[in-house]
Amino acid sequence: MIVFLVKRLANAALVMLVVALMAFLIFRFVGDPVQLMVNEQTTQAERDALREGLGLNDPVAVQFLRFVGNAVQGDFGVSYRNQQEVMSLIAERFPATIELVLLATVISLVVGVPLGVITAIHRGTWFSEGLQFLSIIGVSLPSFVIGILLILIFSVILNVLPAFGRGEVVSIGWWTTGLLTQSGRAALILPAVALSLYQITLVMRLVRAEMMEVLRSDFIKFARARGVPRSRVHYVHALRNCLMPVVTMTAMNIGSLIAFALITETVFQWPGMGMLFIQAVTFVDIPVMAAYLCIVSFIFVALNTLVDIAYALIDPRLRAARG
Amino acid sequence: MTALPQPVTRLTRWRQSDLWWSFTQSKAAMFAAGLLAFLVITAFAAPLYVPQNPFDPAQLTLLNAEYPPIWVEGGQWPFLLGTDTQGRDILSAILYGSRVSILIGLASVFFALVVGLGTGLVAGYYGGLIEDALMRIGDVLLSIPTILIAILVSAIVRELLPTHLREVGAAGVLVLAIVLSGWVQYARTVRAQTSVERGKEYVQAAQLLKVPARRIMFRHILPNTLTPIFVAATLNFGMAILTEATLSFLGIGMPASQPSLGTLIRLGNQFLFSGMWWITVFPVLQLCLLVVAVNLLGDWLRDALNPKLR
Repeated sequence: MIVFLVKRLANAALVMLVVALMAFLIFRFVGDPVQLMVNEQTTQAERDALREGLGLNDPVAVQFLRFVGNAVQGDFGVSYRNQQEVMSLIAERFPATIELVLLATVISLVVGVPLGVITAIHRGTWFSEGLQFLSIIGVSLPSFVIGILLILIFSVILNVLPAFGRGEVVSIGWWTTGLLTQSGRAALILPAVALSLYQITLVMRLVRAEMMEVLRSDFIKFARARGVPRSRVHYVHALRNCLMPVVTMTAMNIGSLIAFALITETVFQWPGMGMLFIQAVTFVDIPVMAAYLCIVSFIFVALNTLVDIAYALIDPRLRAARG
Repeated sequence: MTALPQPVTRLTRWRQSDLWWSFTQSKAAMFAAGLLAFLVITAFAAPLYVPQNPFDPAQLTLLNAEYPPIWVEGGQWPFLLGTDTQGRDILSAILYGSRVSILIGLASVFFALVVGLGTGLVAGYYGGLIEDALMRIGDVLLSIPTILIAILVSAIVRELLPTHLREVGAAGVLVLAIVLSGWVQYARTVRAQTSVERGKEYVQAAQLLKVPARRIMFRHILPNTLTPIFVAATLNFGMAILTEATLSFLGIGMPASQPSLGTLIRLGNQFLFSGMWWITVFPVLQLCLLVVAVNLLGDWLRDALNPKLR
């Protein structure tokens, strides 16, 4: 077990190191950092001093090690665009994105699991086939299209929900939340639904496939024969045996949801990390781009590693196979 | 014993195949194929019949601007789906935009296949260090969400290009971004399959006959690995169109001078609140029809080629 743990953690660390290398290469070689930080009045001497001060004259390997060292301590330098610390910019936007992603995850489970169970139980009926067809459409709609259509329906035509911004937020320490105010909750609805739709279809299809397998197994037949009510067989006995892969997928997908949130955030002008990143991309604000890449990849890798370790803890066969 | 044996052509072989039979049995697949054919043909034949070339500024007049679709009050012939703020016919713009989207999608899938199949075959056939290196690169690429890779590649390559090349090279940059974020999947699938096939008798026989390694890989092993690749490529064609549309929507894809469907949606999105819904909604519909058709076809193909479901 310890061998497995060490191997898995080493692998995660290696992946993060490569991501950091990519971020560093972007940071160092796309555009000249000095050129991007000075204006026309800066003299050559000042430029040289800045270059020396930033450590850009050191060997590349030393610069990379310094970059990693700083990144581990949460220091990604200063944004080229507005001269603020990158880390404080991101920390400011972090709660908005996390709130959106977590709510979208909850929605996807609350809606997706029952739909999956229903389509599995009533296989072949028009209702279930219709849902299956809708799920293909759900997978085919890009998230920005869903956002635009939701805005068109609920903000432009019906005019019942706000189409942009976060509404009023309340700060709790360094965390800000929109959940405690009326306007904050209203502003959260459309973006969260838009972000969750794709996830709903994934959960639904996964639950459906798992359920169909479990429903064939002997213990379900036995429960039926014993006279356990159908709804109890389906929702308690069968569903419980499907939840493991659903939980795994949900945990692993939180990372990609954070990445996909950048599209939703752009459509709804949601002041989260994703919009910060897209603005950084348009202005070629390299430190912000590098920091976003590192942070999102870190969350992604950390979740995957945790899920793998949790699996190995639960299922000893995996330790032997992979360890 | 009266009928003479028909000459076996590729066509008759195709007509007798399981795949064709399964196709004729699936309403969804026939519907999707028909829809896709319709969309592709109308898009590529567009210059023959649309009222204007929407991207030739000489053919646009502001007098025609902001007409709604023809069935809404104020609509004007020949602008069936209305016009935008510059007097551009929406239907023409959509059809021209679809051509850009389809071509970028096809090119991305093609080059991702070339890169993925090549590396996967070599890694699976030779194993050892090449295989390890490929798997590690794959691990890293898979640990970053694909949309993020596409955005980063697109943003960085654009920045590195000289300014006058940015508009011309936009399509190439997009293809590169989508290929770099998508080839790993093919490489992994082919590598796994190849390392299984490598040990089989027909490969050993070919090796003993001193058939060159390249020929063994491409003519002997590759055809045996293609079934799952076929399905993945179809579904990825839909994904590639979506990724392109997303990047263009975010403003780091096709420029307004040669717009794809995503660019049209981004440009129209500004007018959503001024009531000119048709500028956005019709490109959105076209994009959805296109991707739904491709995904339905891919879904059917996955089931039809899956031996477990026969």
